[in-house]
Amino acid sequence: MSNRSLVSISDYNKEEILEILDAAADFEANPNRSTLKGKVIATLFFEPSTRTRLSFETAVLRLGGSVIGFSDAATSSSVKGETLNDTIRMVSCYADAIVMRHPFEGAARYAAEISPVPIINAGDGANQHPSQTLLDLYSILKTQGTLDNLKICVAGDLKYGRTVHSLIMAMSYFHPSFRFIAPEELKLNEEYRIFCLRNNIPFEETTELNENINDADILYMTRVQRERFQDLMEYERVKNVYTLKNSMLENTKPNLRILHPLPRVAEISPDVDKNEKAYYFQQAQNGLYIRQAIISKVLSI
Amino acid sequence: MEKELKVAALRNGTVIDHIPADKLYKVVFMLHLDTCENQITIGNNLESAKIGKKGIIKISGKVFAEDETNKIALIAPNAKINIIKDFQVIEKRPLSLPDEIHEIVQCNNPNCITNHQNIPTFFQVIKDENDTMLKCHYCERLIKLEEVKIK
Ligand SMILES: [Zn+2]
Repeated sequence: MSNRSLVSISDYNKEEILEILDAAADFEANPNRSTLKGKVIATLFFEPSTRTRLSFETAVLRLGGSVIGFSDAATSSSVKGETLNDTIRMVSCYADAIVMRHPFEGAARYAAEISPVPIINAGDGANQHPSQTLLDLYSILKTQGTLDNLKICVAGDLKYGRTVHSLIMAMSYFHPSFRFIAPEELKLNEEYRIFCLRNNIPFEETTELNENINDADILYMTRVQRERFQDLMEYERVKNVYTLKNSMLENTKPNLRILHPLPRVAEISPDVDKNEKAYYFQQAQNGLYIRQAIISKVLSI
Repeated sequence: MEKELKVAALRNGTVIDHIPADKLYKVVFMLHLDTCENQITIGNNLESAKIGKKGIIKISGKVFAEDETNKIALIAPNAKINIIKDFQVIEKRPLSLPDEIHEIVQCNNPNCITNHQNIPTFFQVIKDENDTMLKCHYCERLIKLEEVKIK
């Protein structure tokens, strides 16, 4: 059994998080290496996520490693009907590490328990996606020069948005203060409100975007998905209220940066893209360096 | 005398006492007593100074295994378990939730891997000031005690 797997952001303590962020900065300065020469990394995508898969595969290839795997279990006859247990055991005969995405929550934890090689969770249902969280942290660090004592506004779907939950947990080491901005039906769930209270993390909750972002260092936007709503009228209303427009950035702080895990639906109007405060595309690129750092860490390279 | 009428003597077996009246039948079904062939005496809505109305179950000729009494702790944490031999209580088994619960609970999350593949469930018991919850080791979902589903 390997204990080097990365399944949940809570698998890493503060030191390990900082170690990954340090390593990512090194990879950003020098992304092309041959430290994975002769290594094979499997990318098992039991549900498709082209963006995440390409990022992981590029990370491997730029380190000189090779990639095997599949991008969608539905088209991969070899795993149709096979148990997760059997697939992981089979693939671990070939690969030095396994990056996996799975539609069911808990799949990566289970895989990490049965796999003799390290597992990197690239998303298990609505549960965890730690490489996203680490790239969010890296983006915050890069744009603010520090992770400490930041004012972070988080807007959109705070109930189901796993990136938000993991971000709260990971940032808890760095004395943030949060403002949670969400419509009533997508409010931050009780579990994370209690987490903030227990960890003495100050937070406010509000339902309007408007001028509530003017004191923020980071504005973290998330997708508001239609399927979360019982009432489609309500969805239409919320969609409009939660669309960030360039004009709304007028009185925000000069160091404000806007993050979004992408892909966006309608939360950020295209006219924001050219504003220097828009950081979501660079944020996605940062994922490459973070994933190089994660793969190297789980293989102790 | 009155007490003896309510609690008829048991030679050998298990007495589960102080079950809240509204939980009695849950305990019955959880322990599969509805299909158990042993002699069983069930009393319910008995007066109890402690908990108002209580239920009691006596199963003749059966000593429950530890993991089965754990199940009782999930829905009636204050129940009292007495193991009887030759009319004497030979063991008062304290009921307290263990730190980990294996297999007997089903995860409430329909999207949890344990509900889709043949994987034994595993929950950590999170004890708090006045709230106890189970956390699925796999999907990380928190489940309140009153929402626990027994397999
Ligand atoms: Zn679960």
